[in-house]
Amino acid sequence: MSMLDRKLARDLGSMKGQFIAIALVIACGVAAFVMALSTLTSLQTTRSGYYNSQRFGDVFARLKRAPDLLAERLAEIPGVLRVQTRVEMEVTLDMPDMAEPASGRIISIPERPGRELNAVYLRRGRWIDPDRTGEVIVSESFAKAHHLQPGDSFRAVVNGNRVGLQVVGLGMSPEYIYEVRPGELLPDNKRFGVMWMNDRQLSELCDLEASFNSLSLRLARGAPMAEVLRRVDLIIEPYGGSGSHDRDDQISHRMISDEMKQLQSMATVPTAIFLAVAAYLLNVVLARLISTQREQIAMIKAFGYNGREVGWHYAKMAGIVALGGALLGIGVGARIGRGMAVMYAKFFNFPQIEFQVEWWQVALALLVTLGASGLGVFKSVRHAASLPPAEAMRPETPPTARVTWLERFGLMRRMANSSKMSFRSLFARPLRTALGVLGISMAVAVLVLGTFSEDMIRYVMESQFQRAQRQDFTVTFAEPADLSAVDEVRSLPGVQRAELFRAAAVRMRSGHHHRKVSLMGYGEERRIYPVLDMQMQPVPLRRDGVHLSATLAEQLQVVPGDTVRVEVLEGKRRHADLIVRGLVDDFSGSAAYMRMEGLWDLLAEGPTLSGAHLSVDEKDLGRLYQRVKDTPLIAAITSKNAIVQSFRDTMAENLLRMKVFIVAFACIIAFGVVYNSARIAASERSRDFATLRVLGYSRQEVSRLFLGEIGTLLALALPLGLLIGYGFAAMTVAGLATESQRFPLVIYPATYAFALCVIGVASLLSSLWVRRKLDELDLIAVLKARD
Amino acid sequence: MPDTSDPTAVFRAERVCKVYPMGDTEVHALRDVDLELRAGEFVVLLGPSGSGKSTLLNILGGLDVPTSGTVRYRDHDLTAYDDAELTRYRREHVGFVFQFYNLVPSLTARENVALITEIAANPMAPDDALGLVGMGQRTAHFPSHLSGGEQQRVAIARAIAKQPDVLLCDEPTGALDVGTGILVLEAIERVNRELGTTTAVITHNAAIAGMADRVFHLRDGRIIEVVSNAAKLPAADLKW
Ligand SMILES: Nc1ncnc2c1ncn2[C@@H]1O[C@H](COP(=O)(O)OP(=O)(O)OP(=O)(O)O)[C@@H](O)[C@H]1O
Ligand SMILES: [Mg+2]
Repeated sequence: MSMLDRKLARDLGSMKGQFIAIALVIACGVAAFVMALSTLTSLQTTRSGYYNSQRFGDVFARLKRAPDLLAERLAEIPGVLRVQTRVEMEVTLDMPDMAEPASGRIISIPERPGRELNAVYLRRGRWIDPDRTGEVIVSESFAKAHHLQPGDSFRAVVNGNRVGLQVVGLGMSPEYIYEVRPGELLPDNKRFGVMWMNDRQLSELCDLEASFNSLSLRLARGAPMAEVLRRVDLIIEPYGGSGSHDRDDQISHRMISDEMKQLQSMATVPTAIFLAVAAYLLNVVLARLISTQREQIAMIKAFGYNGREVGWHYAKMAGIVALGGALLGIGVGARIGRGMAVMYAKFFNFPQIEFQVEWWQVALALLVTLGASGLGVFKSVRHAASLPPAEAMRPETPPTARVTWLERFGLMRRMANSSKMSFRSLFARPLRTALGVLGISMAVAVLVLGTFSEDMIRYVMESQFQRAQRQDFTVTFAEPADLSAVDEVRSLPGVQRAELFRAAAVRMRSGHHHRKVSLMGYGEERRIYPVLDMQMQPVPLRRDGVHLSATLAEQLQVVPGDTVRVEVLEGKRRHADLIVRGLVDDFSGSAAYMRMEGLWDLLAEGPTLSGAHLSVDEKDLGRLYQRVKDTPLIAAITSKNAIVQSFRDTMAENLLRMKVFIVAFACIIAFGVVYNSARIAASERSRDFATLRVLGYSRQEVSRLFLGEIGTLLALALPLGLLIGYGFAAMTVAGLATESQRFPLVIYPATYAFALCVIGVASLLSSLWVRRKLDELDLIAVLKARD
Repeated sequence: MPDTSDPTAVFRAERVCKVYPMGDTEVHALRDVDLELRAGEFVVLLGPSGSGKSTLLNILGGLDVPTSGTVRYRDHDLTAYDDAELTRYRREHVGFVFQFYNLVPSLTARENVALITEIAANPMAPDDALGLVGMGQRTAHFPSHLSGGEQQRVAIARAIAKQPDVLLCDEPTGALDVGTGILVLEAIERVNRELGTTTAVITHNAAIAGMADRVFHLRDGRIIEVVSNAAKLPAADLKW
């Protein structure tokens, strides 16, 4: 080992506290980077492998009923490689282990597994025997939730027919990686499940012999998607087709894509914050080190070491810290990533998730870290390399202290002289002070950013479920029903109030923007399901116009007063122009609302109903469930409390896990910045402090001075951090917004307070730790040293 | 004045000026300095503070370049050198001793010497160099555990361990008491005598002039007098 390297090792050792603090900050950034990137690619490869092996479709459409022969016409569309027709049916399930009825979706599968699209991946058990009736393969997650094994059975209402179903196998499908009931956000495997049944049997049960009501296409690479969708729609329209869509509108696919998008932003934003803070810290620590070693540098150069060798010496020091941090971060990131993969395995139904950290991700992490650190120390290293040896023999001129502008305004007139000293020293290096303040504020911001999602969820839950959607249950009918359904619903056991609605699939157009949504028709009096405007006030729905959710209006680029074209995708498929009367909240996603009578006019059919929101007396739940299971009219019943509960459970668990990491990461930033700032302040000012001590100041007085300096930094940084945190949160909310979902930006005061407390305490502890050094101040040595 | 054509000259400076710009004014640190140092010679530079001694020494050592004039080291024209060439010149030929020792505090005495011998073409063993200045017993000590005089002797060992052609010392005893100063001077004297290293020592202390072959007196950036000593005093006999 060369002597310079030996010096390097010892310098690293004597400053290990500071360097470890920096390495930890780097490790946080790299961990976030590696975690997000490795999880992202694992998810990507897992998904695309699964899609390929199970031949996931490119196009999907539902229709009412079309003869099997229609498949040939679909196959003729240029770009279509393969057509898969099938029968799909929403069903009510009577599970032996649950009083409440569950709902499900039965999908037809061929007699024998072959080259079909969206093929079922059989996990356990066997394929369906076409000669036996009632055999189904159920989704593995639903089976798990109900402890179903091959051989178990349960009852269902399929198209009004009560049938017994027998589980013969457990499976999963690329269409239901995220197995969620349409319209809901989180899967509830107890109350919704997908299952597969022999094609012929399901067709018979649904009165769809030699017909289909659902299709999926596989396209050639590079096929013109928009054109294919247009042609598919033309062909299926006469058969009650309600519009075809590509993978982007396929719920499961989109949820995974959204998750990937989030991982992507996680790989960039936090990494950038942490590495920027680390670069800043490396810069100040190295600049300080180089200025204290000016004379050593001069001597080394006087003896013939050149600038490159000296620069390399200091660059290596930074490089080792960066590398150490990066390696630690890679290790931690890989572990967290593995944990994420386990969590994803719970939410997403994949045969298996193969988690792997790729070598290029490690290389990229190292490269990014070294790049950021390089930027941070470039100036200091160049300074060391170019320090003229003769120049360096004379002590560095101290930064010129000035009467600060604050003082000029008389702000500090009454301040003690000793406080002026601290104040001026902060102002003597304004850039460094400003960046230090920014660094600490980043810790606060990271904490706000990491914890505000809880507020957002709480707010959404409270406003959605306590104000906007106050029903206990929602029932949906198997088919649009006539007005006799009103009495039938009202007479269900325990029902105290029922608000009926009609929902129709429509396409809304404005200019070249268009969206497929459900147009909801409601009655006049809406107490349990008031449609609320942006100020959370009930809106008066109109017969002659629509209210749009804010996201939908934005997608269509319309404002109240504009006209939208509404194309009904069912029944007589009429078109009409309707005026946008106002905007409503987004809690239920993209949606449009009007008075039921208006919707009936539009549909040009008699009064029909699709379902009802109910408020129910708890006592009668058992009887209600029983009746619903026996009522063919009702296809599904959803319990709001069940949704809320499962939402709370899953979110609470994940949020808590995230919070632990975020608090740890934010504390590391705070510690890194405060500890290093304090160490540097202590080293730069040790002479001043020693002088004061010699002149008779007590230890307490000197440390009060020292802590005052850090306190000033904190006083500036904490509010700034809240502001930046708010900005980050706003950016995140904007980034999270998807086609169908938008979140309000809500941050409760408690979240700010939490961030302030955590960072305040972490900072205080870090500076108190450094303060001990002041007590050990060797007065004589400090004053004698020629610094 | 010495014969300008002396073939044994190691350094030959002609009409050397050094001007430092200081805001609106200029500081003339050296004005038209001519000088020659011969191989193996021991010279002392004397003069009041600010007279240009350090500036001259730094220029001879390749740490600095003159504003005008030429400086030759044997057959090298130092004034024509760029930074890289000056660095190589220092690396190959010059040893420095500074007033404040400038040891690396994180390296032991031996390591401080080895730091320089590592990049030298023909160094002596660090332990031998330390032995030469009477520090053979303290090789494993860190600078913070050595007295000022001991540190300065380590610095001398460091300067001579590479077996330089010239040894330039800027106030090597400036921070030391008499006894310690003499120990340090003895070390320098011994190196000059036993290794034949051309040696220049800056001092404020006229008493030290007794050790020299020649003494250059500086004032206001000029050499105002050169005194040759007929007989050199050994360092041990100096008194101040
Ligand atoms: N880098 C510089 N910038 C400006 N002026 C300088 C610089 N270096 C030296 N000087 C000036 O040049 C003059 C000569 O300086 P020099 O250091 O050579 O004096 P010296 O004889 O070594 O003095 P001392 O005995 O105090 O060390 C002085 O007036 C000094 O202020
Ligand atoms: Mg000097």
